[in-house]
Amino acid sequence: MARMHIESTINGEAREFLCDADQSMLDVLRDELGLTGTKEGCGTGDCGACSVLVDGRLVCSCLMLGAEAQGAEIETIEGIAENEKLHPLQTKFLENAALQCGICTPGIIVAAKALLEKDPNPDESKIRYWLAGNLCRCTGYDKIIRAVQDAAAEMSHPA
Amino acid sequence: MESYAYSAPASVAETVALLAGHADAGRAVQILAGGTDVLVQMKGPAHTPRTLLDIKKLDEANRLEVTPEDIYIGAAVSSARMNENAELKSALPGLMEASDLIGSTQIQGRATICGNLCNASPAGDSIPAMIAAGAVCDLASATGRRELAVEDFVVGVGKNALESGEFLLGLRLPMPSTQTKDAYLRFTPRTEMDIAVAGVGISLTLQDLVCTHARVAIGAVAPTARLVPEAAAALVGSTLDDDALEAAAQACRDAASPISDKRGTVEFRRKIVGVLCKRAAAQAAARVQGN
Ligand SMILES: Cc1cc2nc3c(=O)[nH]c(=O)nc-3n(C[C@H](O)[C@H](O)[C@H](O)COP(=O)(O)OP(=O)(O)OC[C@H]3O[C@@H](n4cnc5c(N)ncnc54)[C@H](O)[C@@H]3O)c2cc1C
Ligand code: FES
Ligand code: FES
Repeated sequence: MARMHIESTINGEAREFLCDADQSMLDVLRDELGLTGTKEGCGTGDCGACSVLVDGRLVCSCLMLGAEAQGAEIETIEGIAENEKLHPLQTKFLENAALQCGICTPGIIVAAKALLEKDPNPDESKIRYWLAGNLCRCTGYDKIIRAVQDAAAEMSHPA
Repeated sequence: MESYAYSAPASVAETVALLAGHADAGRAVQILAGGTDVLVQMKGPAHTPRTLLDIKKLDEANRLEVTPEDIYIGAAVSSARMNENAELKSALPGLMEASDLIGSTQIQGRATICGNLCNASPAGDSIPAMIAAGAVCDLASATGRRELAVEDFVVGVGKNALESGEFLLGLRLPMPSTQTKDAYLRFTPRTEMDIAVAGVGISLTLQDLVCTHARVAIGAVAPTARLVPEAAAALVGSTLDDDALEAAAQACRDAASPISDKRGTVEFRRKIVGVLCKRAAAQAAARVQGN
């Protein structure tokens, strides 16, 4: 099968890659581009571990084909910190111990960042609904919610 | 053996030509909208290699238009995009509710209600709401365009009325009058990320507290979502009093032919579809009255 040649912008950088017509964007990120921060939990849209932004929209990269990335702007967990400087969400996840095994964390941080860009001051119920598609088998969620709230507070009133 | 191929045509003409060409050559082809069903199906053993025709690059399929006469929702418009349209939300709050219930934030970023319809799952959340709202399918093929009422589009579990070489370009809905509002309610064991055990979509018109027009549709309690004209007839002419609501609920229970599975028994589904009918009617009526 002839592979497809795709050009897109990934974390602000022009990238090109070859992929099979049936290869998911998740597999492209991990296997073709070496961006292994994005995780696979289920591969069927249920867990959110593979969350990325496509043209500003939060999506599951396991439910998107690499071929669909032609001309698109993709943001992954690797694009969230500025060089060595962690994003407030990342700092607050560490401070709140909002992760254990860490498989769900990249997807949750990408999803939470998308929420805070839409609504800088979401209440707890909004955060819980927004993140309902991000499953965590370890933390019990409360610490995650608190980390997102702390990050929101810090981002609107930087210390 | 055939292998997977992907193509993103730039025009409707190109799309229908590709569909017809594949059909003539006996090659498998499938439309790809948001892909939230297609990519899951592709992981299953039953999905054989085929050409995926992505319709997201079609201008016409990306149309989301609200005019004083009607509303057009193109087949590439995601739930997330619908949700950002304030006019659509105020005109069709019930359809919006249904579209909002489809999966998580991530799923909504891709999923389309037209894909939900074409996928033709008995539990597809947006289908009863579209039927209630009086949606009409705008279908395109190499021989031209035709229209089909949504209630006639789904013909069985996973089966729709599309002919070979045809696809759904979008949905056209009448603009509801200020006295008309809709509602969609479903029952699920969990509040988020779950599949409907029963669902009811209702659109009501009220004049001086009297119901003058109604459309009632049930979902997840039969092989396809169904329009229930008997339920609408029970509401029309009434003030939505208890007797009228009970008659409409009974009509919904009678129209249901549910199955038992781990998510609900026949008896439970039948009972709950009646309850949802009453609640959805009350909600639509409250919306007409502005509260
Ligand atoms: C985690 C998860 C949760 C979900 N939750 C729900 C839920 O709560 N409620 C619910 O109803 N559904 C749910 N779904 C199912 C799915 O998201 C919906 O059915 C969605 O609306 C499908 O839209 P799509 O654009 O992604 O369709 P696609 O996957 O692109 O297509 C679906 C089917 O329709 C066909 N098709 C699509 N568009 C057209 C067209 N324009 N013309 C002809 N054929 C077409 C495709 O070939 C395919 O067979 C869920 C899915 C996942 C993965
Ligand atoms: S890996 Fe994509 S949602 Fe689980
Ligand atoms: S930290 Fe292990 S799944 Fe969330």
